[in-house]
Amino acid sequence: MLARLGLPLSLLLLAALASLVIAMGVGSAQISPAQIWQVLMGDSVQGQGDALARTMVIELRLPRALSAFAVGGLLAVAGALMQVLLRNPLADPYVLGLSGGASIGALAAMLGGLGGLAISGSAFGGALLSTFLVFGLAHGSGGWTPSRLLLTGVVVAAGWGAVITLMLALSPAERLPGMLYWLMGDLSYARTPWPPLLLLLATCVVLIPLGRSLNVLARGPQQAAALGVAVRPLEWCIYIAASLLTAAAVTTAGSIGFVGLVVPHMLRLLLGNDQRLILPACALAGGTLLVLADTLARTMIAPEQLPVGVITALLGVPTFLFLLYRSR
Amino acid sequence: MSVLATRNLIIDVPGREGGTQLNITIEPGQVWGVLGPNGAGKTTLLHTLAGLQAPRSGSVQLNDSALGQLRRRHVAQCLGLVFQDRQDGFPATVLETALIGRHPYLSPWQMEGAEDYARAEAALERLDVAHLRDRLVSTLSGGERQRVAIATVLTQAPNVWLADEPTNHLDLHHQSAVMALMAEQAIQGQAVIMCLHDLNLAARWCDHVLLLYPNGEACWGSRDNMLVPSALEDLYRQKLAVVEVDGAPVFVPIKG
Repeated sequence: MLARLGLPLSLLLLAALASLVIAMGVGSAQISPAQIWQVLMGDSVQGQGDALARTMVIELRLPRALSAFAVGGLLAVAGALMQVLLRNPLADPYVLGLSGGASIGALAAMLGGLGGLAISGSAFGGALLSTFLVFGLAHGSGGWTPSRLLLTGVVVAAGWGAVITLMLALSPAERLPGMLYWLMGDLSYARTPWPPLLLLLATCVVLIPLGRSLNVLARGPQQAAALGVAVRPLEWCIYIAASLLTAAAVTTAGSIGFVGLVVPHMLRLLLGNDQRLILPACALAGGTLLVLADTLARTMIAPEQLPVGVITALLGVPTFLFLLYRSR
Repeated sequence: MSVLATRNLIIDVPGREGGTQLNITIEPGQVWGVLGPNGAGKTTLLHTLAGLQAPRSGSVQLNDSALGQLRRRHVAQCLGLVFQDRQDGFPATVLETALIGRHPYLSPWQMEGAEDYARAEAALERLDVAHLRDRLVSTLSGGERQRVAIATVLTQAPNVWLADEPTNHLDLHHQSAVMALMAEQAIQGQAVIMCLHDLNLAARWCDHVLLLYPNGEACWGSRDNMLVPSALEDLYRQKLAVVEVDGAPVFVPIKG
């Protein structure tokens, strides 16, 4: 049993480490893995070149790579959780209108000429507002059901979409590029990687003991209740966790599409449906995917940068379609 | 000692006023059949007995404590439910499906061990689906899925079996095999309550019968007192002929 979990997770961990090494090495100046090792180990600096390499790795590339990893992991785990909660394989972290709410918050801050932290804070506020709005509306006078939650989320997201278009149409031209980049997802805003990274780690630790309950819940609430799962508390827990994870990811890097839908799906096709394996695997694979995508985004047309969301979609769509085509 | 009892229970069927208060006591080793026409509330009764649905009034006692006060996990260690319909959102294999029957017994950090696997495989063997262990449940026939669902509850090994039409989709041989399994559970000291549409299965395998009428009225008692042709004709609004085969009455619907 442990071996069944251990092998895929170790392979994914290796891939994650490799992606981080690539992200640190590739860019305007190439840095060899040996140099990266020296820098990370804090070996003595010899000469001018190494000092530059140190600055580049420690201050620029490593924080950005770790941010990308954290955001990718958060989105993939949030997507996997939403799929279990809604028992719908098409659910993604944004299905309940979270990214729309966050986008409105961020765009409003940008329109107001605010920068940095204010944009992040405003985005986080918008995400939470959207979460409560969707949940409150779906709850209504009776209880919520997955299909009701899904429909409410889709409609609210469409509403946010209209507001976003309106804001873009009314914005002065010089602010548009920044706003568009934010909407497509962009890691150049990411500052310190630690808050999202710690959140990702903490979530994984909390989710491991819940894994088997999630497996049972995936078979329907009544079956889960008959097998001893406290369904409503667990569903609340998933909903809050997924919303928090997505809000943290959106706040760090804008709304990056596709990771949250495709990574859990790919892993389910490859590894089966045991959430105890899928959730940590999502954290690793989602992180790896976004690190690689971000590395491409900042090197493909260097010194210009592409929004990373474009890359995730361009990489994700064909890979996903291929896997789906090959699957049973 | 009763394992399951109801006190002045009225189940919550939407749009139905009143009805008979159920005061039923189910003892270990008994096999109860719940009979009634479509929409009489058989499934609602079973779900209420399992604590999945709140009663309109009255209460259910499991091992002499109020069901509503018990933790779900504890309830699931005593009471297993075979559902009439199942939804599978995500694909799972037959063995994985049977293994979730062990969920109530494992602590959050525990993985399924060799003993859990042995129980699940024995249950699959008993229901004649062991050869399908690695197949996806979604690729099975209706009858095979029904047997996998029963195997899951057998893996759960509850003291009280609640089975909602356990012979649904099954061929004649497997109908008999499943009823024999229920009887065997009762002989081992478990209590079995099942909703049935087949009067003849009830006549052959149940020792107690509950008749549930569409207006909420109900009566219950030993099989021989309940399976009276005139009462059954009234229950189903269907004329019946009765013949005796192999020591048990056989009810056949007739014209008119």
